Amino acid sequence: MQTGTDYMARATSAVIAPFNWLGGLFIAFIRELGAIAIFFTHAFCLIFSLPLQVNKTIQHVFFIGAKSILIILLVGLFTGMVLGLQGYYTLVKFGSEGVLGAAVALSLIRELGPVMTAIMIIARAGSSVAAEIGIMRISEQIDALDTMDINPVRFLVSPRIVASLISFPLLTAIFNVIGIIGGYLSGVCLLGINSGIYFYRIESNVLMQDISGGFIKSLVFGLIVSTICCYQGYFTHMRPGGFGAKGVSLATTSAVVLSCVLVLIVDYVLTSFLL
Amino acid sequence: MTAPLIELKNVTKRFGNHTVLDRLNLIIFEGDITTIIGKSGGGKSVLLKHIIGLLRPDAGDVLINGKRLRDMTRKEQTQFKRQTSYMFQNNALFDSLTVFENIALPLREKTRMQEDAIKSKVLAQIDQMELSHDVMHKYPSQISGGMQKRVALARALITEPKIIFFDEPTTGLDPLRKNAVLGMISHYQKKIGFTAVLVSHDIPDVFFISNRVAIIDNGRIIFQGKPIELEQSENPVVQEFIRGQITLKDDLTGLNTKQEVMDLLIQEMDRANRLQQNFPVIMFTIDNMTQINKHVGYITAQRIVQCLSTLLKEHFGAAGTSARFSQNEILMVLPHTDIKEAENVLNELAIDLQKQEVFQAGSYPKACLSFSISAGLSTAKQGKDPDSIIGQALSHQKTIAHVECIKHGETA
Repeated sequence: MQTGTDYMARATSAVIAPFNWLGGLFIAFIRELGAIAIFFTHAFCLIFSLPLQVNKTIQHVFFIGAKSILIILLVGLFTGMVLGLQGYYTLVKFGSEGVLGAAVALSLIRELGPVMTAIMIIARAGSSVAAEIGIMRISEQIDALDTMDINPVRFLVSPRIVASLISFPLLTAIFNVIGIIGGYLSGVCLLGINSGIYFYRIESNVLMQDISGGFIKSLVFGLIVSTICCYQGYFTHMRPGGFGAKGVSLATTSAVVLSCVLVLIVDYVLTSFLL
Repeated sequence: MTAPLIELKNVTKRFGNHTVLDRLNLIIFEGDITTIIGKSGGGKSVLLKHIIGLLRPDAGDVLINGKRLRDMTRKEQTQFKRQTSYMFQNNALFDSLTVFENIALPLREKTRMQEDAIKSKVLAQIDQMELSHDVMHKYPSQISGGMQKRVALARALITEPKIIFFDEPTTGLDPLRKNAVLGMISHYQKKIGFTAVLVSHDIPDVFFISNRVAIIDNGRIIFQGKPIELEQSENPVVQEFIRGQITLKDDLTGLNTKQEVMDLLIQEMDRANRLQQNFPVIMFTIDNMTQINKHVGYITAQRIVQCLSTLLKEHFGAAGTSARFSQNEILMVLPHTDIKEAENVLNELAIDLQKQEVFQAGSYPKACLSFSISAGLSTAKQGKDPDSIIGQALSHQKTIAHVECIKHGETA
């Protein structure tokens, strides 16, 4: 009889276990998001505390923005070119290859520009921000700031948020322009679409609403990426299971993964609102 | 008794199941150098972090000027933080900033000083720390460990704080630089008058500069008081602790410990009393140590101590047992030696000492300074106590080697 109850209990727990695990995971995720939100609010409010950290912000704009231009140009060019190729392949089936310009420009401006730019910046600058702040944390440099009565969040995070807010839209704009040129290269120069029609379709189909939508997206991505990367680095020491260099590597990994995932999720949500 | 500046009352801190601080009580007075000694992993750094507010106690209170740290308003806490500096065990220099930017950071962030003023102040501080100007534009990882320590010290001093916490300021340095750093701390403490709290295990070196010593063991303070009280403490735990730590010889000079020499003196005096014999005791003093520190450098000052002790060993050999008595004093006890003989050896020592490089004025081309070493001989005989013998030795001191100030450009 007793073995029967035991068996039942074990069977029930085996059924419940996956739900337990899933629920735990979900709660941990929500908790993390809450912590990130508090961290962000804190850092965002400190942007406006006097004196404004103009010099430091410019340095970060240089690092996050200016130094990313080359990679954005490269990625933007090839994204545009492949869009031109793929678009032509599809459109020519319907005999409407003339609208290639509009197809390339709209998909870039509305969608690919902000998202691809964000992902490229996460890879280039986001990971390095997380690693840099993580190393500062484990080598007690953040504590040192604290003992000097310098608010570490204001000192490290706030200028990076501002710099991201400045850099993301500008880099997105560059990405869009170079992408449209890439589409032109493959569509017009290689596949022989009329160049006048290519640009006419862009001019007549792209509305200001599309551009401002993309612009809003890139601003939101800027906030998300800078906050998450700084957050992961800043709380490296709170991370279970990783200390020292290992902790920094875990922090960098999760900064990149989490910000990529959140960028894509938020992209969907924003698109459904902006559409 | 004056009111304590900082007081820890029954502070308890646990990390998981491990109790690091266990109802710990500690008092720190204004203007003192308080040294906290203890085994490694004994919670010394954790203790410091509680005072500065980087960690919060699980139970108990930290009182600053009689006010509880946790009850302080944000403004009061800020005010307290502004008066303090913290030198981290691993320096915690900002490794992506140059040495200059590191030292300038507290000024740039926390004051409204003009860039020119900041620059001149930082340069002055760099000079004082005997760091060359080409170090200024290097990054912390490009300079040696000793230099990093000095940069960290410079950064801690730049804001002219009232309280400075030193977390193992001398760990990982060679004996010469270790003593140089301690000398530097003591020098600035006297000059500026800040309250210093040191965590260290460099016994006995730290005793020379401390006003108060506290021993932490198993998360509790088992002793706090003046260094001299520590030496005389009869608490068996304290005694055992000191024996365990002080058997090491003085790293810098290789001399015996003060306690050993004092024990020997008392023991030999007993014997001398019984046999009605006399034996000499010599006290060496380096005068103008502060001037050496100021004009030539802390390392040179320590080198002079080292030079003197090496020669002492050479000349007196096994006949004499000597110990560093304080920062600039060496006490030597010569049992089984005649007083005449001791005088002769002392004279030879004086000649030899004057020949050493450190006593050639030409060795200090950039500074104009005078300093000397004096020695005083006294006789331990029946009916005297150790203190009066030492006192007599001090009062009989004569200069045995000296350097006179030489102006720039002149040759020795």
